[in-house]
Parts: sequence; structure tokens; C-alpha cells
Amino acid sequence: MKPATPSSMIEITLDTIRREVPHQFTLLQACRSAGIEVPTLCFLDGMTPASACRICMVEVEGSRVLVPACSRQVERGMVVRTDSERVRLARRMVMEFLASSVDLSLAPGAQEYVNRYGARPERYGSKDLPAPATVAQPVKVDNDLYVRDLSRCILCYRCVDACGEEAQNTFAISVAGRGFDARIATEFDRPLPDSACVFCGNCIGVCPTGALIFKSEHEMRRDGSWDESRQTQTDTICPYCGVGCALTLHVQDNRIVKATSPQDHTVTGGHLCIKGRFGWQFVQAPEK
Amino acid sequence: MDLRLSTARESAAEREAVDALLGAEDREASNNPGRDLLLPALLAVQSRAGWVSEGALNYICRRLDVAPADAYGVAGFYRMLSLTPRPPAMAYVCEDLVCRLKGSEDLCLELERRLGPPTQPHRPGNSPWQRSACLGQCDRAPAVLVTRAGVDPEQLSMLETNPSQVLTAVEGRSLSPPPGTDRKIPQLDQKALRLLRRVGRVDPSSLSDYCKHGGYRALPHALHLGPEGVLREVATSGLLGRGGAAFPTARKWEAVANAKAKTHYLVCNADESEPGTFKDRVLLEEDPFALVEAMAVSAFATGCEHGYVYIRGEYPLAAERLAIAVAQARANGFLGARILGSEFAFDLEIRQGAGAYICNSLEGYRGEPRTKPPFPVISGLFRKPTVINNVETLANIPDIVLEGGKAFASLGTKDSTGTRLFCLSGCVRRPGLYEVPLGTTLGALLDMAGSVPEGRTLLAVLLGGAAGSFVGPEDLALPLSFEGTRAAGTSLGSGAVMVFDDTVNPKELMLRLAAFFREESCGQCVPCRVGTVRQEEVLQRILRGEKGSRKQEDLALLSEISQAMRDASICGLGQTAASAIQSGLARFGDLPAEGKR
Repeated sequence: MKPATPSSMIEITLDTIRREVPHQFTLLQACRSAGIEVPTLCFLDGMTPASACRICMVEVEGSRVLVPACSRQVERGMVVRTDSERVRLARRMVMEFLASSVDLSLAPGAQEYVNRYGARPERYGSKDLPAPATVAQPVKVDNDLYVRDLSRCILCYRCVDACGEEAQNTFAISVAGRGFDARIATEFDRPLPDSACVFCGNCIGVCPTGALIFKSEHEMRRDGSWDESRQTQTDTICPYCGVGCALTLHVQDNRIVKATSPQDHTVTGGHLCIKGRFGWQFVQAPEK
Repeated sequence: MDLRLSTARESAAEREAVDALLGAEDREASNNPGRDLLLPALLAVQSRAGWVSEGALNYICRRLDVAPADAYGVAGFYRMLSLTPRPPAMAYVCEDLVCRLKGSEDLCLELERRLGPPTQPHRPGNSPWQRSACLGQCDRAPAVLVTRAGVDPEQLSMLETNPSQVLTAVEGRSLSPPPGTDRKIPQLDQKALRLLRRVGRVDPSSLSDYCKHGGYRALPHALHLGPEGVLREVATSGLLGRGGAAFPTARKWEAVANAKAKTHYLVCNADESEPGTFKDRVLLEEDPFALVEAMAVSAFATGCEHGYVYIRGEYPLAAERLAIAVAQARANGFLGARILGSEFAFDLEIRQGAGAYICNSLEGYRGEPRTKPPFPVISGLFRKPTVINNVETLANIPDIVLEGGKAFASLGTKDSTGTRLFCLSGCVRRPGLYEVPLGTTLGALLDMAGSVPEGRTLLAVLLGGAAGSFVGPEDLALPLSFEGTRAAGTSLGSGAVMVFDDTVNPKELMLRLAAFFREESCGQCVPCRVGTVRQEEVLQRILRGEKGSRKQEDLALLSEISQAMRDASICGLGQTAASAIQSGLARFGDLPAEGKR
């Protein structure tokens, strides 16, 4: 983003303090520039906000309901509260709703919010209450590269957008169904190899909860050998073509266990293709 | 787009249905028909084949250049589309509040006995019936919508119906309307009606009859006044939107009229799906030309070149009559280029919905709401400035143009000008659509409808539909105006007035309301998607009256769920999903564990 000229600055009030912010900022950008932390789940820098998770809600004076900080643009004279009673209640409930219906065990960020806002998902059902509805379902393993564990899906729309017009333009997956039955799916729930999927893995790259995960990581977690404390990260450049994508190789016990690209990298924006994302098995092939 | 489609191919019949809508396929053509035809194309296949097969979906995707996963997500959103095989004839049985009072559960039991358990939406099943949310026929409950797929697809609303009529319809070869009442409105003999003045008195499929009864006088006058003149009268009238949000119509119109971006669109929202609401249906069925004229006036004032009427899929008769009206208006120079010899050009299309609560599907996407701002007047349909008005709102326009905004503003109260349509249903002697000046008291309205049957007492009235709230016998003096209801902590909403007497079990009402919102949630945002499920679960816990002292905790929990849904949901559905239930819990207080029936 270009530095704002003074004439394009406007004044807003954030948690009782008046601040000048560039007029094109969202409330989230304004808060971050002021050092105010606003929680986010579905939002990802570089992607159009889906405004679906509603964890980033803040209170704007004059607005009947809370507003999503990730997508609402600042307006002159806006008076914003980011930590009022109403805001905290909404955030706590969003986390209760998610934690009581989705497996968040691979989403440390979400777990931190559960604690921060004092969410008590057990209120919806515990030992002496009927079990609440959840999105629990069998893991989908239909290819050698990545698995879909939709019991962990919070429907943040990131994967759909990354597969679609925000990055890959492949449109292999979409939100299907409706209401609590809404889920990420291919057409007619076909296996990924029969779909339009090109296995770029950009959906894994943006998934915040481990619902889309490298098969290697999924298997190591399942057999208990995944151990991030024993992992190192090595930054390199993808060797396959001339684009020059930044690669971060995650290595455990001298084996590459997954590959990512930094979200803020100017070339990739965090996105890769099938070769950069998955094409490293040969490095550790037994027949090498 | 590089489409990767499976090998499944469309049948000849499916192709024919799609081609009838899109024209025959021309592989040399450089551009495809617009994506906004996705829903019409899916509906065309559904009504031809009874369901949308993978081959049919592939064909539609190829024709419209839409990825199959994307189209699958859209098709799976709408309740009237099926992605698994279905029998050609399907009966959709309303199970909402009023039909329930009028025996829909007994109807369902009998159908279950004769036909087996109902098919679930979007699940495999070949039972020829399924349960449905409100069909907008509450004055003639219980209601069933029957659809029959085929070369000449049929749709029929069966009213005040019974199991044998429904069985005949789904088992027979074609649908013929059962003998029923042909009562249009209870106020047929009244002279002072405005919005309803032609209902039941004109032939709804005759342009000349419409003209004989005062039709097409407003449009020429509007052309004479000029766009600014019309805007001025609408502003003077103080007209507030009748869809539920009560937004000043003139402010919407001015914003679009002044918007520099072209093209401007006019959308008439005829997708009323709020339980207990049927006003737009009556207007569309009995006076469709009035809407066509009103839309032309609105388009003229706001610089719209193209209009859409998004009409509920559950309203076959209304859609049929509106289509006739549009065709006749077009043939006679009231739509199209050079309307009435002027420079003004405007045309409109009718788009049928497919069973969703919200109307954002005109572009061919899932019926999910958009984040506002930007508001539709700036960035609406196809991201262009768009006027979105409800049918009843538009129906007020011709009189405002003809009589002037001042005359309109003299009706009703100072802040709620004009008359309003109220949909009376439930435990009243004369259910139906009533038109009264805004500010009329609830008691006076109930008296017009004959109040509750002999020997019973009024329990409560659900004002504004599922998104509204309960009021009681002590509220009969409540003035039915925007400000009057607001002051009393309630709202007019869509104009639904559902009346319940002491034979009704309030527990059942609230459980049905909770189920309604769970079923209608689109699933986009967390507060509504999960909140409506949790609300139903906790409500069931409370109303089952399980042992232990959890009730107080659960009531507190329910109130927190309610606040989170109201504060944090994206759209009005989630924001109001707890409103009626919270007011019901407050009103019906300490509900007995096992209520009376």
C-alpha cells in the first residue's frame, strides 16, 4: 500500500483515543496501525475479506449491530470500541459456537481466542446433557498429496477463494449444502483426482485449522511422530522454473515434511504450484 | 474458463429444457450467456426432469462457463432443486406455524402412512412428499404445493386441503385444482381501499380491465412530472419500505437517481418468505398490472433501464399472472423502448426463486447475503446502483404520483404515512389480507377479522412473522404504526399478524420458530449457522423440563446466544432469529413441562 498523503488522512476515535488514519483503511488496518489487537480467523492479508467468522466484530457508534473490522472501511468521525462488553460477548459466543461444533485442536490461534474470551463450549452439552450437533465426519483421503479433515472446518471460505478467483482460478471446490450442513465440496462430492483440482495446495496454504493438511503431516500426526519442536525451517527458492517462488522447507529428522511459502512474499503471496508445494519427495526417495 | 467436466452427459430431455431457455448451443459463439441464468437453467431442468443430474449440471456449466463445483454449490443451496432423483410429482407440505394449527401435522401423518416418510431436502429419497417452511398461504391453511415435472411442467397450490386431495395430485397424471374457496379478500365490499381496490374486482389477466379500473393513469402523469417531480412526490409522501426494514423509499430512489455509475437496476423483491406473510402474493395474483406500472414509474424516476421481479418459487399462480401482465404491457407499449411515445425505455424480467429465505440469487450465486456497506443503491445487482423495493412498497407508487405525496401523507400517522397491508391468520374467524391506515390499533384490526372463535380467549399475537415478536391481549390498544410498535419494543415487520388462542400450545410455537431459523440459515456466518442450531438445542432442553436446576442457566445461555446472533450475524435473518423466541419466553414465562394441546 502506498504511503498516505496527509490530505487523505481522516480522524477516527479508537477506544477513546483520536487517531489519524488513511481514508482507505479498513477498521482492522486502523486498529493494527494503532497497536490494538483485533482477533481474526477467516481474514487473511492479501485476500478479499469473507467477513464470515465474525470474530473481528467491533462496536461503531450509531450502528445498530456490531461491524466486522476486517472489511468495514473507516469513515470520518467514526467512534469505535474494540473491547466493549458487547464486543467481548460476541467474540466469546463465536468461539463457543466454533469450539462446540468443530475440532479446533490443530488451530492454536482459535484455541487462544477460546481462552482469551472465556468461551465455555461445554455449556452446549457435556456428560449429563445431550450431545450438541457437530460437523464431525470421516477424514477424506483420496490422493497422495493432501487430505481433507472437514471435522476441523470452520467454513472461513479461504480455500474456496484461493482455489477460485483470489489465486488459482481453478474453482475445484465450493461451499455446498446450506446452514449447519454447509461444507466444502467438489461437484457431487467427487474424489479430488476426479475433480478440477490441480493439486497446487494453495487451499492447504490458507487453511487456518488443519482441515486441509499435507498427507505427510496427517500421517505423522496420526502415528504420533509429528513434532514441531524437532523441526527446522529452511528458506530457499523453488528450483523448478524461472518464476523464483520462495519456499520454506519444514524439516524433521533430516526429512522434508512439508513445504510452504511466506504469506508476505512478493512473488508468491504464499501461493505455490504442485511442484513447489509437493514436488520434494524425490529428495528423500529410498531408491535415490 | 477451462472447465473440467466429468463424462456424465445430459439426456435429450435435459438438453431440450436448457436450450429452451438459453437457445441452442453454438460452439463457435465467442461469449456465453450470462451466469445470472444459472438458477433459471437449473430450475428448467428441475421442472423438466424432476431433479438435476450430473449430466444436466455439466451441460449447464458448459453453456454458462461455470465451474461444476461452483454450480453444485449453488444448486445444493436451493430447496426446490434436487441433486438426487425424485419422483416426477412432489408435494411440499407446509409445516409452519399457522398450517400446524390447521392440521398440517395430521396431514403429514396420513401422508406418511400412505406414502412413507418424507423425503429430506438434498438427501437421496424417492418419497413423493416433503415438509416445507411457510408457503405464504396462511389464510387458507393447511397448504400444500404440488409440482409435476415433465414436458409441460405443472405447479399447483392446494389450499385448505386434505390427504386424499394431495394423494390424488401426486398419484394422478396431471394436476387439476381441487374445488376450493375463491375468496380473495375479506374486505371485498369496502369502498375506501387503495392497494386492494382492484383485488377481486378486475380480471387480473386483462390489461383493458386494469385500465378500466384506474390503471395506467400514473405512468403518463409521471412522464409529465419528470423524474425530479416523481422523486419530489415520493419524498413528500413519507413512504417507508413495506418489506420489513421501513427504510424511506425516497432516500433509496434519490441515491440511485443520482448515482453516476451506469447501468441502474430496479429489483422488485417478491420473495416474501417470512412465515405468516402473503400480502405480495395477493397483489401479484389479483392485480399484477399495478406492479408492472409501478415499476415503470420507479424506473423512470431512478434512471433504471432494466428491472427484475424476483418472485418466490412457491407462488406459481402469481408468477403466471405476472408473466401475462408483463407480456401484455410490453405488447401495448407500456414496457420496452419509447414507452408511451416518450424517450423513456424500460423492460423487466421475471426470475423465479427456488426456496430460499434471502433474495441474492439473481446473479446466479448461492443465496448468501453480502456485507453492507456498500449498500445496493451504490453497488447492488451486478455491482451497479440498484433500487430494491418490496411489492407492497411499489404498489403505493401510482397513487402517490396521481394524488400527490401530500395526499398520501395525510393518511396514517405523521411518521407512518399511508395504509398498510396486514396478513391475518391463525385463530381468527375471517383470516385474510386487510388494508388499514397505519396507526389502526391491533384490537381494531383483530375485530375486523372477527377475533378468536366463540368460546376461546386470545393467547398472543405474533406480529411481524418469525422475525417479529409476540404481543398479548393487553396490547390491543397498540397502534400499528412504525413508531407505535417501535415504542412498544416490537415491529410491524412484513405485516404478518398471526393470532393464537388458548387452545394453542406456546411451546410448540417456539420450537417450530427455532426449527425454522435453523433450516433457513444459509450457513455463511458463524453466529447464525451455529447459533440457530444451539438455540434450538437449548430451547428443547428448557422446554423438555428436564430434572435438575439447569433451567435458569439455560435461559441465561439462550439470551447470550440471542445477543450474539443479533449483534454479529451478517443479515437480518440471523439478527432476528431469536427475537420471537425471546419475546415468547418472556411472555409465556414459566412454561409447563408438558403443555396443553
